[in-house]
Amino acid sequence: MTAPLLEVEDLAIRYDDRRVVQDVAFRIAPGEVLALVGESGSGKTTTAMAVLGLLPPNGRIERGAVRLAGTDIAGWPERRLAALRGARMSLVPQDPVTSLNPVRTVGAQVAEVLRIHGERDERRIRARVIELLERVGLEPAALRASQYPHELSGGMRQRVLIAIAVALRPALIVADEPTSALDVTVQRRILDLLDELRRQDGTAVLLVTHDLGVAADRADRIVVLRDGRIQEAGPVRQVLGAPRSAYARQLLRDAPSLSTHRHRPASAGGDIAVRVHGLVQDFPGRDGVPFRAVDGVGFELRQGTTHALVGESGSGKTTTARCVAGFLRPTAGEVTVCGTDVAALRGEALRQFRRQVQLVYQNPYASLDPRQTVARSVEEPLLNFEPVPAAERRHRVEAMAERVGLPRDLLARQPRALSGGQRQRVAIARALILQPRVLVLDEAVSALDVTVQAQILALLEELQQSLGLSYLFVSHDLAVVRQIADTVTVMRAGRVEEAGPVEPVFHAPRSDYARELIDAIPGRTAPQILESVP
Amino acid sequence: MSGAALPLRAGLPRLRPGLWLACAVLALVFAWAVAPSLFTARSPVEGIPGAQLLPPSWAHPLGTDGLGRDQLARVVYGARESLAGAFVAVAVGLLLGTGLGVLAGARGGWVDAAVMRLVDTLLAIPALLLSLSIIILLGFGSIKAAVAVGIVAVAQFARLSRAEVLRVRASDYVEAAFGSGGRFAAVLWRHVLPNSLTSVLALAALQFGSAILALSTLGFLGYGAPPPTPEWGLLIAEGRDFLARAWWLTASPGLVVVLVVLSAERIGRGIGGPSP
Repeated sequence: MTAPLLEVEDLAIRYDDRRVVQDVAFRIAPGEVLALVGESGSGKTTTAMAVLGLLPPNGRIERGAVRLAGTDIAGWPERRLAALRGARMSLVPQDPVTSLNPVRTVGAQVAEVLRIHGERDERRIRARVIELLERVGLEPAALRASQYPHELSGGMRQRVLIAIAVALRPALIVADEPTSALDVTVQRRILDLLDELRRQDGTAVLLVTHDLGVAADRADRIVVLRDGRIQEAGPVRQVLGAPRSAYARQLLRDAPSLSTHRHRPASAGGDIAVRVHGLVQDFPGRDGVPFRAVDGVGFELRQGTTHALVGESGSGKTTTARCVAGFLRPTAGEVTVCGTDVAALRGEALRQFRRQVQLVYQNPYASLDPRQTVARSVEEPLLNFEPVPAAERRHRVEAMAERVGLPRDLLARQPRALSGGQRQRVAIARALILQPRVLVLDEAVSALDVTVQAQILALLEELQQSLGLSYLFVSHDLAVVRQIADTVTVMRAGRVEEAGPVEPVFHAPRSDYARELIDAIPGRTAPQILESVP
Repeated sequence: MSGAALPLRAGLPRLRPGLWLACAVLALVFAWAVAPSLFTARSPVEGIPGAQLLPPSWAHPLGTDGLGRDQLARVVYGARESLAGAFVAVAVGLLLGTGLGVLAGARGGWVDAAVMRLVDTLLAIPALLLSLSIIILLGFGSIKAAVAVGIVAVAQFARLSRAEVLRVRASDYVEAAFGSGGRFAAVLWRHVLPNSLTSVLALAALQFGSAILALSTLGFLGYGAPPPTPEWGLLIAEGRDFLARAWWLTASPGLVVVLVVLSAERIGRGIGGPSP
């Protein structure tokens, strides 16, 4: 084996009094990709930031060594580290929106890293900036260089950040969830770009990701972290093919992008629960020209089944779902839920309609009133519709909590004392207490870690079976949709690109866009590896 | 930055030494207002013949004024007048202002526009001028002065509570509450008000300090409580005539006002509200 480029040994990191990382050790050889995989709070980003010397002010390396090409840089003062960063090692940050300075042009920001590290010749800087932007596929480079971040899309901004990271041909790039804020097709292109640049320059990459599918596709070796400790480490083939730790096995089982199993066979369903036809939704746009978010969308959701609306950001899928839930009045077209024309409802009729349809939001941190206890949140719909005595109300709230797997002692707590998964269970309990027929799930599992996500999906599945619920499942995550939906509508820019039962759409998509979207699901390389999983 | 990860009891502002000190100052002043006789045995209104303009001493810790009255007694008894006035002022501002702000934020549309233009008009007039005009309309007296100061504060309370209501109204949980069949008034009462009033309470603490200052100003100008009431602003005004010979007459009530205002500000910030 060649001498490692980066060697992390016995690393322990503290935030104030709390130890968040310990006994972490790994090596990266030149040109190699190592993926740090784990759930939120596992210490993966903290570890990566410690390598770069970019821990927050209250964080500090307690023990251990970070050796870059044989030199321990763990205890280095800020000034010496600053000279290394950008030149010998660099960062591709997570969020392309907040990571660029909004009041400086893209070109100026790429030039900055060259200037910081000693380049003085303005002509050479200018030429190099253009060359870098071309290299990351931002064309025409001269125009892009003069633009401001807000004029670029998320994917283009991430390309700018990559250009900055590779500007000085560092030996190591730390990519901290470089694509988790991007749509899948953009994600794929960005990861391809990183791969290509890495191969050309022989750069080593430390890839931080929560997505095992991304790690499987892109990394040579994987380190699985949990609660700041290494659970498993080794070549991709070994970790995915024959995981030794229980945690890695669970992670593999729960990762939708790697899992091929469906929660249950697709179902044809009963009567039509929701029917959308020719739906058009306009929003007031600039200069009085309305912006058409949804343009002629139609689909049917049958009783007891799950229909998924998938698409990238801006595809109109959430707008469509909000029309179904009665939060938006369609500009044109019809939305019929359980035989009621939603578009015509006003006032008290609309209020009564809400008993039929409930919405579960993406972010369980924002959809619960921070000042109400769990019990208060869950009982509120009852107060609105069925003024039953307090004792019976409590009884029904407790029964519902049990139904969604919430321990009874959590009922007296406020949302901030709950985990993300528990909060989403509360939101589901609140939605179900009125016994609606249709549940609209707007990215309802997207903010959750894979293991929690798998639990919530299993819960939804079980509730659907026992209560005969119909789900309208809105998601950008095709891997999840493949697991739980019966029928699917693929949307793009407000229009339907493809629709039908899940199996044919995923296996033999007819439209180019659907094919591109499905091919972009990370973890395509995994099935071969997973064949050997016992 | 510090302490972000410390296991604090969530929800309680962390008490720092400055905050403790501020609480102690206000507690002492409240005690003066409630039971002044515990702190001084002397009368605030009856002078001691032959003891005029004595400098601070053991018998008279803050000296005596031009009529031989003990200055400490006057400052201690003055707390009741000043605090009561400040309470009335803050209550008027809080109730009227928050009512208007919540109405504007929750209803929106033309109600919002009308209320906010009214608030803009209030803000356009200099505070002192506005309170003087209101006193002229209402007539003289300490409670009327307090009401005038309160009306001046209405604009700030209205602006803040409207902004907070708008923020909370846009949140997912308010939409979810409507989505689960909540009626307008119920959602307003259960979700919007409890979540938007924290910073309004913080502003109330800040305004408490400003109200004392404003009342003292009015007292100093002679628009507040009539003499010989020991009101802090009035004490400063009376001391002004003896500034060259008896500095303690202006310094002691002045210092008390400064301390109380600073303490109220500190506590207001401690509640976690925005700076005004």
